[in-house]
Parts: sequence; C-alpha cells; structure tokens
Amino acid sequence: MSSDAIAIEHNGKEPSYLEYKGRGRGLKSWITSTDHKRIGILYLVSLLIFYAAGVTFGFLMRLELIAPGRTIMDAQTYNQIFTLHGVIMIFLFVIPGIPAVFGNFFLPILIGAKDVAFPRINLLSWYLFALGGIIAILSITLPGGSADTGWTFYIPYSVRSGTNVTYTLFAAFILGFSSILTGLNFVTTIHRMRAPGMTWFKMPLSIWSLYSTAWVQVLATPIIGITLLLVAVERWFGVGLFDPALGGDPVLYQHLFWIYSHPAVYIMILPAMGVISEVIPVFARRTIFGYKFIAFSSIGIALFGSLVWAHHMFTAGMSETGQFVFSILTFLVAIPSAIKVFNWTATLYKGSIELAPPLLYALGFIFLFSIGGFTGLFQGTLAVNMQIHDTSFIVAHFHYVMFGGTGFGIFTAMHYWLPKMFGRMYNHKTAKTAFWFLFVGFNTLYFPMFIMGWMGMPRRYYDYLPEYHIYHLISTIGSWILIIGLIIMFTNLIKSFKKGKPVTEQNIWGGETLEWQVPTPPPLENFEHIPTITESPYEYKQNDEPHLEEIK
Amino acid sequence: MHKDETHQHMHSYGIFILVWLGLLTLTGLTVAVAGINFGALTIATALTIAAIKSYLVLSIFMHLRIEQKVFRIFLVVALFFFIISIVLLFSDYSFK
Amino acid sequence: MNTQEHAISHVHRDDIASRMGMWLFLFTELLLFGGMFFLYAVYRYMNAEAFHIAAKELNTLIGCFNTAILLTSSLTMALSIIAIQKDNRKLSIFFQLLTIVFALGFMINKYFEWTTKIHHGIFPGADVLLSRDSGEILFFGLYYVMTGLHGLHVIIGAVLIGVMTRLTAKGIINKDSFVKLEAAGLYWHLVDIIWIFLFPLFYLIT
Repeated sequence: MSSDAIAIEHNGKEPSYLEYKGRGRGLKSWITSTDHKRIGILYLVSLLIFYAAGVTFGFLMRLELIAPGRTIMDAQTYNQIFTLHGVIMIFLFVIPGIPAVFGNFFLPILIGAKDVAFPRINLLSWYLFALGGIIAILSITLPGGSADTGWTFYIPYSVRSGTNVTYTLFAAFILGFSSILTGLNFVTTIHRMRAPGMTWFKMPLSIWSLYSTAWVQVLATPIIGITLLLVAVERWFGVGLFDPALGGDPVLYQHLFWIYSHPAVYIMILPAMGVISEVIPVFARRTIFGYKFIAFSSIGIALFGSLVWAHHMFTAGMSETGQFVFSILTFLVAIPSAIKVFNWTATLYKGSIELAPPLLYALGFIFLFSIGGFTGLFQGTLAVNMQIHDTSFIVAHFHYVMFGGTGFGIFTAMHYWLPKMFGRMYNHKTAKTAFWFLFVGFNTLYFPMFIMGWMGMPRRYYDYLPEYHIYHLISTIGSWILIIGLIIMFTNLIKSFKKGKPVTEQNIWGGETLEWQVPTPPPLENFEHIPTITESPYEYKQNDEPHLEEIK
Repeated sequence: MHKDETHQHMHSYGIFILVWLGLLTLTGLTVAVAGINFGALTIATALTIAAIKSYLVLSIFMHLRIEQKVFRIFLVVALFFFIISIVLLFSDYSFK
Repeated sequence: MNTQEHAISHVHRDDIASRMGMWLFLFTELLLFGGMFFLYAVYRYMNAEAFHIAAKELNTLIGCFNTAILLTSSLTMALSIIAIQKDNRKLSIFFQLLTIVFALGFMINKYFEWTTKIHHGIFPGADVLLSRDSGEILFFGLYYVMTGLHGLHVIIGAVLIGVMTRLTAKGIINKDSFVKLEAAGLYWHLVDIIWIFLFPLFYLIT
C-alpha cells in the first residue's frame, strides 16, 4: 500500500491541511472536502452556530421565568422555545459534539491512519447535519410556528398540535441519519485502519469511548428514526398506532422513544469521558490508572445504558414489575461510570499536576458530572421518582450531566486540541477566568432547580407559585453569569485564531498519543509514514519534563 | 495492504440452488403448520421456522459462513440489542 | 503540475471495510423495522383475538406466492455474484435483471393486494376500518406501515441493483472488483429476510 506521493514544498515543509488546495478555491474547497480534518472543522463552525441559537433560547427562557406570570412572552411561545431549545441542544450540539468535531479530526490520527474508512460518507454526514439543523430552525418562520410539544414529542399531543411538528420530526430524522453514518464510519475505521502494532489494548482511551459510542449510534438511532416517522404517519394518515383515540398505546410510544433517547445520553457522555481520559494523564504526568478498567467501562456503559430506558417513564403507567426491573438496571449502569471517576482521581493522586486550562475544565467536568450522576441515582429510586418526576429536579440533573458533563467536556477538548488544529495558542489566564465565570454561573443557574424541584416546581411550566420565585431569580442571574463566561471563553478562543501566538512545536502539552507526533497543524495525510506502534499510549517517564509555555 | 481472503472459498452455483429449495420447503412447512393450532406455541413455531430460513440466507446467501469472524460477532451484537429490547419491553407489558 | 494536487494519488481500497460498512448499515435497517416489530409484538400480545380475526382478511395465497418470488430473487442475486466471479459478465447481468423482474412482480402483487383492501374500505382513516375493534385497527395500521415500508425498500433495492447492472455492463464491476455488487446483494437479502418474518406474522396467524 503506498503512503508516498506526499508533496514537499519549497521550504522542505509539507503544507498543512489548512493550506492544501482542494477542489476549487476558498469556501468551495472546504465544503466539498473529504479530508476528515476539514470536515471536523465544518462541524465545529456549524455546531457552534447552532449552539449559539440554543443558548439564546435558554437565555430567553430564563428571562421569562425570572418572575411569575408573563414576563416577555406568552405561554404558547414559551412552549415553542423550550421545544426548540431541547431539539437544538440535543440533536445539534451535545449528540454530535465531540464525535463529529474532535472524533472526526483526531480519530484517524490517534490510530495512525490517514483518514476514516469512508471519507465521502463522512462529508455526507455533515451535509445531513447542516440540512437537519437548518430545517429545524426554519420551522420558526412557518405559519403555525415551530413545534410546541417538547423535544420528546409525546403522544397524544404531538398528533393533535397544530404547530409544525412534522417538520421538526423530519429534521430530527435527518439528523439521526447523519449520526448513524458517523457511527458506521467510526466502527469500520477503528476495526480496519489501526496502524501496525496498535492492538486494541494499545489504543488511546478516547478511541475506546468513540468506538462504544459509535455502536450505540448505529444500533439505537434507527429506533427513534422509525418512531418519529410513525408519528408523522400518524399525523398525516390517522393510522392509529399510538393515538389512544384509535386504540393505540401512548405509553408504548414513550417506550420506543426512550429506547433510543436513553442510549443517546451515553452517545453524549462517552466521548466526553474519552477526552477526560486523554487530558488527565498528560497534566498529571502519569500513566492512567486502570487502563483496562476504563476501556471495559466504556463498553459497559454502552451496554447497560441500552437497558435502562424506562426509568424515564416510571410515572407514565408502567407495571410494577417493569418499574422494578428498570430501577435495578439503572443502579447497575452507575457502576462503570463511577469506575471512570475513581480511575481519573487515582491518576491525579500524587501526580505532577500542571493546572493548564485543559485540566481545569476537565476537573470542572469531573465535579459537575459527579453531581449529575449522583442525582441520577436519586431519580432511579422508585419512591423518590414519584415525587420528582417532571419537576425541575430532573431539569437540573440532566443539565449537570449533559452541560456540566459533555458541555464542559467539549470546552476541555477545545482548550486541549484547538492549538493543535490551528497552530495558535489562546491566552491561558483568560481561559481560566472564563472557566470560573462558567463554573460559578453554571451552579448558580442549575443548583436552585434541584431545590425547587424537590419542593414541587414542575418543569416546562411557564408560570409558578410565589414560593418558587427566589429560586427562579437566583437561577436566572446564574444564567447571566454563565453567558458572560461563554462570551469570554469563545472570544478568547476565536481571537487566538488570528492573534494568538503561533504554535509550531508538535508536542504542545507533552502528551504521548499520536496527535502530538505529527506537525502542528497536521499535514493533509497526517503521517509522512504510517508509524508502527510498540508502546502503550500513556507511558510517562517521570524524569521527562514537558516543554510547556504558560502564556499569561 | 489488507488481504481479502474471503473470496478464496467462494461457493459454486449448486449450493445456492440447494439452499433455495430448502427455503421453499420451509415456506411450505410454515404454511402447513399454520393451520394447526398450537395455542401459545403457534407463534413460537412460526418464528422458529422463520429464524431457520433467515439463518440459511445469512450464512450462505450473505456469505457469513465464509467471512471473517468479526462479522458474525457484529450480527450477534445487533441481534442481542434487538432481543433484549423486546424482553425488557415485555417486562412491563406482561405484567400490566 | 502542482504536486499538491497529486498528494492523494491512491484511493485506499479495502473490500472488507466496504462489506463491514454495508453490514453496519443493514443493522440500522434491521432496527428500523425492528421498532415496528416491537409494536407488533406488544399490540398482538394485547389484542390476540382481534389480530387473529383481522388476519383472515389477508390472502394467504398471494402472500405465499410473494414469499416464493422474493426467495427466488435472493437466489438470482446470489448467483449473479458467482457469475461475475467466474468472469461470466453476461450471465451475471442476466441474473441481476431477473432479480429486478422478480422485485417488480412482488410489487405488482402488493399493488393488487392493497387496492383490493382499499376498495373494501380497509385503510387508515377509513370509516369501515374505524368502526371495527381497536385491535383490528391496530393490525391493519401495522400491516400498511410495515408492508409499505418494506415495499419502499424493495423499490430502493431494485433501483440499486439496476445501478449495479449498468456498472457490470460497463465493466466497472468485474471479476477482480465486485464488492459493490456484493453490497447490493447484502441489501437485497435483508429485504428478503424482513419479508421472511412479515409473512407469517401477518398472513399465517389465522
């Protein structure tokens, strides 16, 4: 197999993937590129645009809830906004997040390959992603407005609502297809394209995470595909599959919906955990504690996570046996997650800690995800669930795991890998300042929701009793602090692309995985010669100090 | 370069025709058996025969028998997910 | 000549990867239909008698005939691959075209089945159907949706095979490079397997 014909430029240095001239010029060469690195960046840009929209909706929701009664919008609009907030954040930010951006960019490099198995399908994935996102957001402009059913589209309201539900269902279906193609690509790539010598247990842990995630994407996503399709068919033809007026079972809809949507949260969290597993050893200068445990726990989370879906439905009308079975399984799935947290902590213990921005965000992840995880156990307890289901306690829980977890995982990945991708370093001090705004803002925004949820504040409610006011007020102020943090963080990162200190060294942070052994930014085909792997990925020699430059 | 040795053991026409005849026979069997009422076992019988037919299609027509082992493992994983989902679904519905 | 433009001169060929990707895609199709099988399982469990009565309205003979057609089309598809491996291009094309003919035959039968039902007022939203037991409404809802989606896949498969026929005629699919034909074959066999389960579940539960 040839790995030759790499262009050598006039100064002897090969052009990076950024400089490589593909088909056409400028923008066209980017949006027709099948280079996994460029596709990763296409995802990054479009993802962040959708994220900004999602954050804006969240901001508006919190503004409405700052006081009881109507503040800035009517109830119908509120329903539409929280629906779109959920659809965007889940399908356009958290699910694709790390796999589509950093998985695409770094998976081939981390396993010593030149690209993914199916580069053109990779590009198609992105086209579908962009299309689905545009359709979802355009639904606002249609007569009748965007869907008001919540992102969960529960029967019977999703069949009855006069808003543009089918449109949003269609967008979600397309986005699901995009996710499936990414998963299929990654499974094949990891099986077929690892560098010589890279056995399964010499793979970086982020690859184990991406692999497990990819399987869930392939197997679970079709279930929601067909379910949403059936809701659309129900709306158009009145088939009667779910509609109770025609003999259907709305609880069965919920089962089908959650058979995907619960594993979906593991699609969200596993890659983030993979990032943390990469970052911790680097900044503790120690090999990861319990590599095999972490690797197998990724598989375990994917496996057990597929068996617990009905814990979203304990109050919906299940049999007691069903409730019991799913509650027990829910407790089991916490075990592999906990294993990871123990192992990260053990890696840090007595390590040589360098509190660079990536590590700071990673520590934020561990703290916030742990809170989210613990509260998941509360919710899995049947008696407690009866009390807190459909309250803002649940809202707090999933924001701690999805935002405090995956969101902060994405922030970690950005601070760790963006300098490699673009060859520019951001300001470390500003990055840390942003972190503290985010951390304080986040907890101020979401912790009160645990308390008021416990006290009975329902979720998705536009109005509320005066006794909850103080919590909502604190929460909304928290949202402002958080948004300031986001602005500081993104300004810092985006500014660095043009004004940041150029980074030319290959090994920016002193890591041991393959991305730190290629040029910064990487050349088109990643490697001049495919390496042969002989060592495990986290062998740190204690005496070797990294060449880290702190940029104040 | 990854060598694809699967095709070295390709079948001849004959085995496919044999499998096809087997499939037709099994179809006839499943129709014949459908007339007999086994009670709760009726669906189990129908599904078993369908599973045998599928096994023939998968292993011979779809070459699973001669592919690398990892393909068979993949199928088991997918089927496992499918079956466990139905089982858990019925942990709710069997007891309503 | 700009050396940059020739940086990727070889497209990496990996037939096993191609087949692996196709198998993974087949799993997604399996689970797409799988969701509907979940529905069938639950609704049948809860409405066993109504399903039994409703199933009597389906024509077992046509269903049986269609099953035979699809099984035979799987045979011809598999034979077309053997043919190209033995470098017999014309025979391969013949088998591929035969497969498409069988697919069309299946769809024609389906068309008659459906139009007959619709003529009798048995279709989603029809008053005749809605006046019946909810179990029967569910049965026919599932019948139309499942056989409908399956039929759509038969058409997609036939088109896909048609594309392969053209590629075979042009020599792009040949004795040394036929993974595309194999992939199309895998898709077609899955369509067959889905019907292998649909047939008894809808036609033979009388």
